[in-house]
Amino acid sequence: MKAVCYMGVEKMSVETVRDPTILNPRDAIVKVTSTCICGSDLHLYDGLVPTMEQGDIMGHEFMGEVVEVGSGIQPDKLKVGDRVVVPFTIACGNCFFCKKELWSCCNNSNPNYWIAEEMMGHSPSGLFGYTHMTGGYAGGQAQYARVPFADVGPLKVPEGIPDEKLVFLTDIFPTGYFGAENA
Amino acid sequence: MVENSRTRMADAGRGKRRSMSRQKWGAIIGGSALALYGITRRSPLGWALAAGGGTMAVLAGTRMRSQEPSVWTSLLVNCSPEQAYRFWRDFENLPRFMNRLQTVSVLDNRRSRWTANGPMGQPIRWDAEITEERENEFIAWRSLPGSDVQVNGEVRFQEAPAGRGTMISARIEYGSASGMSRALGQFLRKGANFAMRQDLRRLEALMETGEIPTTEGQSHGPRDMVTGVMRVMDPTRPIPQGSNLKDVFAARRSIA
Repeated sequence: MKAVCYMGVEKMSVETVRDPTILNPRDAIVKVTSTCICGSDLHLYDGLVPTMEQGDIMGHEFMGEVVEVGSGIQPDKLKVGDRVVVPFTIACGNCFFCKKELWSCCNNSNPNYWIAEEMMGHSPSGLFGYTHMTGGYAGGQAQYARVPFADVGPLKVPEGIPDEKLVFLTDIFPTGYFGAENA
Repeated sequence: MVENSRTRMADAGRGKRRSMSRQKWGAIIGGSALALYGITRRSPLGWALAAGGGTMAVLAGTRMRSQEPSVWTSLLVNCSPEQAYRFWRDFENLPRFMNRLQTVSVLDNRRSRWTANGPMGQPIRWDAEITEERENEFIAWRSLPGSDVQVNGEVRFQEAPAGRGTMISARIEYGSASGMSRALGQFLRKGANFAMRQDLRRLEALMETGEIPTTEGQSHGPRDMVTGVMRVMDPTRPIPQGSNLKDVFAARRSIA
């Protein structure tokens, strides 16, 4: 597949890489139909965020169609053919924070939690395509993306509404909503 | 029983520990005396003496703590003490979240055979025996004589207040018998604090979600040499057994 890769400070390129595969039972593979470049991708582009590595696949705002699900996903939660918007935070749905619906604080989804803890005291959840400090997950500026804990995050959306009206649900709209609620 | 094993362990390394602690107490007492003397002089030279002596005493005092022959850590996990106890009590589950272990096979109700990753890819083997246990609360085990290393452990499961799950506290003690066994023990002890924290975090993920989150094996663009070297040197992500280092470097594209 083709994917936008970070190749160094102010160097991005579209590379041909291996298609993603299911690595854990609760993974799903999403065929990306729309994706955005976020304002915070510019921080990565400018080299301002540590723990980026050459070859990392970018992008944390994407939506698409489920093309494969892992063995641990119940069909009533998610199945092949579902149209989904994928939030940029990865949440397990079972930990202390997820039970309180504090998805961005998920205890389990960031395998590199210790880097974030060293830098900031606590670790956020894993994020798509946003440095190895938040897990080093391959992002969604690609033709396909692997979505971990796919029975928790992805939001099923109906057919008939164009992508352009939905893709904001990944990051842009919730960020504004969260800001308004806290104001 | 556990107290006994701890005492025995301290005895095994007694000679070295005693001379080290003598040096340390010397530094603490000497440094403090120097600091006191310096303060009473009330001159620039006196202040310098006081600062130097004080630094020496503080350094010696803080270094003292790092000499512990055991490592311990605890973590709050969102499950019941019964669930955590049952999972741990089946020792064959341990390699699923303890990265440095290759296999554990249960021999009978109390004894098990452990294999860990040793230096240069060589396995370290030991037999362990449960020395004490209370159902849903506590398990303690020790390595049996004739093992490659002397390594004892204990784990406690306590129900946390306000429905916050279970506090799992684990402790591993590394003995230093002599010769090869001592060297292997030191190999295992190296970085053990961090490794143990990682192990418990993986256990938490396994208990709460049924899987351990990973990016190992995901696709990515071309890596550079620096990333390849970092990946190979990273102690938190051991290269799987049986993989050829040359291949790992040559196939840079497959390094996650």
